[in-house]
Amino acid sequence: MLLKLSLSSLYARLVTVGMTVIAISFSLMLYMSVEKLRTSAYTSFTDTISQTDLIIGARASSVQLMLYSVFRIGNATNNITWESYLDIVNKEEVDWAVPISLGDSHKGFRVMGTNKDFFARYKYRGGQSINIDKGYLFEDLYDVVLGAGVAEKLGYDIDTPLIVAHGLQSFSEHDDQPFRVSGILEKTGTPVDNTVIVSLAAIEAIHVDWSTGAKIPGQETPIEEIRKMDLTPKNITAALIGVKSKLTIFNLQRWINEYPEEAMTAILPGAALQELWRVVGVVENLLLGISIVVIFTTLIGMTAIMFSSLSERRREMAIWRAMGASPRTVVGLLMLEAIFISVLSILLSVILLFFSLSILQPWIDYNYGILVNVEMLSLRDMYVFMTFIFASILVSLLPAIRAYWFSINDGMTIKI
Amino acid sequence: MDENIIKIDSVRFHWSKKSSFKIFVPNFEINKGEKVLLLGESGSGKTTLLSLICGFLNPLSGSISINGSTINKLSSKTKDEHRADNIGIIFQQFNLLPYANVIDNIVLPLYFSKVRSANVTNQRESALNICKQLRLPDDIDQYKASSLSVGQQQRVAVARALIGNPSLVIADEPTSSLDTDAQQIFLDLMFEQISNNKSTLLMVSHDKSLAERFDRLIDINEVLTRED
Repeated sequence: MLLKLSLSSLYARLVTVGMTVIAISFSLMLYMSVEKLRTSAYTSFTDTISQTDLIIGARASSVQLMLYSVFRIGNATNNITWESYLDIVNKEEVDWAVPISLGDSHKGFRVMGTNKDFFARYKYRGGQSINIDKGYLFEDLYDVVLGAGVAEKLGYDIDTPLIVAHGLQSFSEHDDQPFRVSGILEKTGTPVDNTVIVSLAAIEAIHVDWSTGAKIPGQETPIEEIRKMDLTPKNITAALIGVKSKLTIFNLQRWINEYPEEAMTAILPGAALQELWRVVGVVENLLLGISIVVIFTTLIGMTAIMFSSLSERRREMAIWRAMGASPRTVVGLLMLEAIFISVLSILLSVILLFFSLSILQPWIDYNYGILVNVEMLSLRDMYVFMTFIFASILVSLLPAIRAYWFSINDGMTIKI
Repeated sequence: MDENIIKIDSVRFHWSKKSSFKIFVPNFEINKGEKVLLLGESGSGKTTLLSLICGFLNPLSGSISINGSTINKLSSKTKDEHRADNIGIIFQQFNLLPYANVIDNIVLPLYFSKVRSANVTNQRESALNICKQLRLPDDIDQYKASSLSVGQQQRVAVARALIGNPSLVIADEPTSSLDTDAQQIFLDLMFEQISNNKSTLLMVSHDKSLAERFDRLIDINEVLTRED
């Protein structure tokens, strides 16, 4: 009976209550989407590379090395020579190594030279391998393998011909040596999706007639001749390394960092990702902070609305009292109302969240490579909801105490 | 058996120490089944007296006994229950919860009083029955309280005050918002029902012309003295 009357009282104030519910649910949704994006971004980010023990490159900060070798953002300061690379590979601690050569691009996508080991050794999301979706890995010198994102955005398929441009924003193209798509990878949600992968030899081949970043005028070696050449690279940009025993990682890292013949840096991917996340994470914490403030503001708004409705409901409370309701019942009614409003807001916000996420998920994935997990509410979300309900009970105490005071003092007088 | 439904003895009350409004009620008694009209101008302390009788306010000293129990000795919870069990209240106006339907408004006191709900076997039927006797429309249960005329609302308030047969009905100027014709109709219907129920009625008004309907007419100034 009380519940029924409380609900019809809310229903009678449909517009005010409705607006409050909408305001609260939007702020809750804001909070939850920030939270979802944050956790998804974090998992997408930290799962970008796994099971690689060390990444080596020319002397640079760990964040920078991480950015260009894994995320393909920015440029390497320098290359490392093939000899140094071999020196490292031949160390007995090293189990495997995958060289990477960067620097060229195709229509805004980075071109990465590597060997087939890359596909076997590069792991993401806790050990998942890269799988080929269509075609095969490069067999011919001029074969390329496309990340899923590249193929999708450029509309390429197997056998599509393509030309690699020199550098990242350059107009000079290696148009004398056209490539052909031999394989397309499955979507991974990592930067691999946006990478054009060729063999190391191919990187050498397209630079045969080039010297220090420019084409040597008049020189044009025919493709048949290039095919016969020794295309072992002279330089690479970075390398992924796996060790036989985890215990030797730090020794090997120090050995590389102190390598006398060349200035190199070896980083632990996990640690570098964490470090990088701390930089990126500031924004995310800021967003989180803002959305918490928004929730807080809405709670205050709800209290304000309850306060303002209190004076017009004073006579209603006097009626309740006259019927024999204790002041506690009157207070309970107000609290019930607050709980009802917050539960309704939570439900609406969850609906809004899933609705908007399921619409936006492909877009976010496509544009930012963040796979937002739409499926379930986390335990953390439940805690947030519980806290919110608790907080709304707490803030509704203020108008409720006032109502208590009214109902004790008003007695027979009905104030309007 | 106690013949007094209301018995007030040496009650003193003021809102706060600073307040100039202090009242003293030496002795005030109403017998069971009596219909009493309490006359007084506004500001004379009528409403304060009613609040004391209903147990909304606590006297500083003295005793207030309603239907045999000294309510100022009861805990606030028991006092609320006692009020629900024994007193039906009709306000000047705005008696009803506007968002609830008429039947829910009428049966509301039964929710708070076990005694009164025990007197009613079928709440809805009983409510409709009283409505019928109060000449409310047959389809009154279709209405929301807010859609009724003021006169109808006051009659619904009577139905609510009478449901479950409380021993005392307190009406605080129930006719003040009605025009003269409506007043007469309202009073006729109310008196008929109260007589049927054998309830005691304490009605407050400033209108002397109503006196002939009542067993007794009391001037508020005879009941209480202002101690300014």
